[in-house]
Amino acid sequence: MKRKTEVHAEDGKQELKITREFELPVELLFKAYTEPEIVAQWMGTKVLKLENKKHGSYEFETSDPQGNVVFRANGTIHEFSPNEKIIRTFQMENTPFDAQLEFLEFEKLNDDTSKLTIHIIYKSVALRDQTLQLPFAQGINMAHNRLQEIVNNLK
Amino acid sequence: MNLRRDVFQAIADPTRRAILLLVASQSMTAGAIASNFDTARPTVSKHLQILTECELLEQKQNGREIHYHINATKMKEVANFIEPFRQMWDDRFNKLEDIMKNYKPKA
Repeated sequence: MKRKTEVHAEDGKQELKITREFELPVELLFKAYTEPEIVAQWMGTKVLKLENKKHGSYEFETSDPQGNVVFRANGTIHEFSPNEKIIRTFQMENTPFDAQLEFLEFEKLNDDTSKLTIHIIYKSVALRDQTLQLPFAQGINMAHNRLQEIVNNLK
Repeated sequence: MNLRRDVFQAIADPTRRAILLLVASQSMTAGAIASNFDTARPTVSKHLQILTECELLEQKQNGREIHYHINATKMKEVANFIEPFRQMWDDRFNKLEDIMKNYKPKA
């Protein structure tokens, strides 16, 4: 089975590419990136601000069930062409991760399918590799938390 | 290639990750592992089977008991991969696709 989402990250390069084909018309795919309530749903974060225009900016924030902010990110939009392209920066706040540059290309394949290509450029190779490993680290971290819960319940 | 995917499916499950962490420090019997979880014992056995099949865990006969211990080489191999990153985006995009398939324009 062909994987729907692919990540291309060549060794020693400070960039990566994410590609995905959707069973959606390109207009709907693009809308999923521009309507704050929809972005919030699939990204799993609150959208504090989303200005869909050249030189606009955006802000995401995620809180845990106790209300502590666990994730904040922001960026500015450099180019905005409906159903075609978004160029923007992205930066996680309060982390050692520097800003990254993102090129999002929306492509119509036919009336019902579309393709998204995200090309991300990082400040350094090391930073890219760290970002790539983040979800793995978080996965282990979650397992840790679960273990901690188990241990706490044993007490 | 198939094996590689199985490894990542294996670690995608939180209970299986917890099992890996549990046996990371010492080898344990299936019973000892199961006693750490609320889950029914056959479910834990199934998890152990999956982890053994994709070589993240190894079995060692110890008298009448079978002990499970972690295969560090395999774990290290997994850690180098970017699969969890891909998985994260795949999950997000699957969600996006579901939401937009049911999308109704606002009146």
